[in-house]
Amino acid sequence: MRLNRHVAGWLMATPLSLVLALFLLLPIGMIVIVSFWGATEFSIYPAFQFDNYEFLFGSPVTYSVFINTFKYAVVTWFFTLTIGFTVAYFLAFHVRSLTWQIALFLVCTIPFWTSNIIRMISWIPFLGRNGLANSTLISWGVIDEPVEWLLFSDFSVILTFVHLYTLFMVVPIFNTMMRIDKSLIEAAYDNGATGFQTLTNIIIPLTKPGIMIGSIFVVTLVMGDFITVRFMSGSQSANVGRLISNDIALLQYPSAAATAVVLLATVLIVIAVLLRFVDIRKEL
Amino acid sequence: MTPSKKTGGMNRRSLLKGAAATAAIASTNTIGAPMIWAQNIKDITLRQFGTGVSNLNDVATKVKEDLGFTLEMTALDSDAVTQRAATQPDSFDIADIEYWICKKVWPTGNLQAMDTSKIANYDKIVGIFRDGKLTPESTIAQGTAPHSVGFVEGPGGTEFVDNESGWMTLIPTIYNADTLGIRPDLINRPISNWSELLNPEFKGKASILDISSIGIMDMAMVCESMGEISYGDKGNMTKEEIDKTFAIFTEAKKAGQFRAFWKTFDESVNLMASGEVVIQSMWSPAITAVKSRGIPCVYQPLEEGYRSWGGGLGLSNSLSGLELEAAYEYINWYLSGWVGGYLMRQGYYSAVPETSKEFMSENEWGYWFEGKAATDTITSPTGDPLAQAGDVRDGGSFTDRMGAVACWNAVMDENQYMVRKWNEFIAA
Repeated sequence: MRLNRHVAGWLMATPLSLVLALFLLLPIGMIVIVSFWGATEFSIYPAFQFDNYEFLFGSPVTYSVFINTFKYAVVTWFFTLTIGFTVAYFLAFHVRSLTWQIALFLVCTIPFWTSNIIRMISWIPFLGRNGLANSTLISWGVIDEPVEWLLFSDFSVILTFVHLYTLFMVVPIFNTMMRIDKSLIEAAYDNGATGFQTLTNIIIPLTKPGIMIGSIFVVTLVMGDFITVRFMSGSQSANVGRLISNDIALLQYPSAAATAVVLLATVLIVIAVLLRFVDIRKEL
Repeated sequence: MTPSKKTGGMNRRSLLKGAAATAAIASTNTIGAPMIWAQNIKDITLRQFGTGVSNLNDVATKVKEDLGFTLEMTALDSDAVTQRAATQPDSFDIADIEYWICKKVWPTGNLQAMDTSKIANYDKIVGIFRDGKLTPESTIAQGTAPHSVGFVEGPGGTEFVDNESGWMTLIPTIYNADTLGIRPDLINRPISNWSELLNPEFKGKASILDISSIGIMDMAMVCESMGEISYGDKGNMTKEEIDKTFAIFTEAKKAGQFRAFWKTFDESVNLMASGEVVIQSMWSPAITAVKSRGIPCVYQPLEEGYRSWGGGLGLSNSLSGLELEAAYEYINWYLSGWVGGYLMRQGYYSAVPETSKEFMSENEWGYWFEGKAATDTITSPTGDPLAQAGDVRDGGSFTDRMGAVACWNAVMDENQYMVRKWNEFIAA
């Protein structure tokens, strides 16, 4: 009986392990292997050489591109967190009826009914030189000349990132906030805590897991992105994802694989650091 | 187990049985069909892929009508086309690629040479694709000129030869002379040199295309026109020349000269039509697309000449038998005029202009090919008016335009170095 249960446990774990091994570990293993290969202009050949890494770490472009990637990640994280936390706080503590909470939460998800790319591209006519934003500002008399930095700049890239990914912050934070025992807040109130004290001493500490999950979503999404950066910067800025996609376009697969490995390692380190702050498994 | 689960299992099982039976019936049908029709060309499907310029659904429809078989088209950008031709030989039957791509892809052995004796209109193909000369007096421009990668020594040949060997790598289909596109209404003065692209007057309103092998040629035209660099061969630069070229453009980029870079045809159209950009590298049908929205746009002929390109159809190495015959038939049909006329009405040139003439009105032929003033409204293949009576094509006649080619799109010996520099330029 005991043995049976043991075997059953293994059997139950097998499908998922197989799926993960086949579709996660194997491809990553391939990428690592190919990153040591060599490439000619139109083909790749098996080898064990460090050329790709040497070139990657030897080029000043790599460092500036990684710095740029981090910059996008940090700034986007800051804004999505601020907005996401505020929205979730409003939904969880200001809206009293569950029906309204659900209704408003669904309203937040409406933009997600359209494709990511469409939501991104729709900013272009809005922010353009002769776009809605500029013509409105001119008609209000705020500016005389169209503002150029609205589109094809770091501003437009980050704006789009924040627009695309704030919901990934709202959902987990809202979720943890809803599970905070309301009596804790009443107790704080009874003990004479101000609203701000309640926020910093009760709500924020208890929402940490949600914040952390949201942060992991946002940081990994931004660091792995390439299409938003390409469209919204008018191809003028680069992040690591674009470096990889350029290499792939030019058939330099080993070099792309090496960059991907370095990016993967970087993202894993970032997540490891984030997880030092909160033990998500315990909190879930 | 509970009884309810048992019934559940039985239901599922009977459902599966039913599904299996249906699948079996379906599969006998699909397996049976090709066996009955295998001898018939009508059942053949040829898969073609290429850049958006000539992958037109109208062509596929017309093929079905005239030849009876099915042509499946996939449109990709230049980089993706190269990638696919080099790495996925089984994913296509016909590759619609440019000559410089051919130089890159041919060594992989994924394409097969074509027997010119099977090409009915071979003798009528323009000289550019045969001995390299438009007219007997023409000089051959720099870069990867089509005739230099147009022939191999025989079937299975891997080396390009410099004579008309009778075995062609690509059958030329479409080509043009490219230059800068401008918005005359926003510039308000004549533009006559490539160097204007980096003129500070257009700060934040210029663009260049982000496809390295083509972009570098536009850059070279600009640097040469500025008098900054004189190249030995723009189509085959030395490392120093590449460095100098990128230094000039990186400086301009940092100074904010460029509004954006574009990679696809649609992007270039949108940049120009929205007024984000007033001067940029552009392709002919993109000008047509801007114009058909009623926005003035000129394909500006420049003193230094044009940057030219040519495309053709290559056959996958895995084509054989009846499908190969169908492919030859398709190529012969392609050169027989209908497609040529269609493409010429978009501003391209056909490899066999004389057959295309029969599919164009006298007015259209005069406007597009001979550089004459239009006698009536000129419309695009989709019916939008592009020019009024009295208008003349930018750059003039076929011989004026193709005779003023300064260089061809190219792949250089230092290509990998150039590509790395290009990446740095984008990231700078």
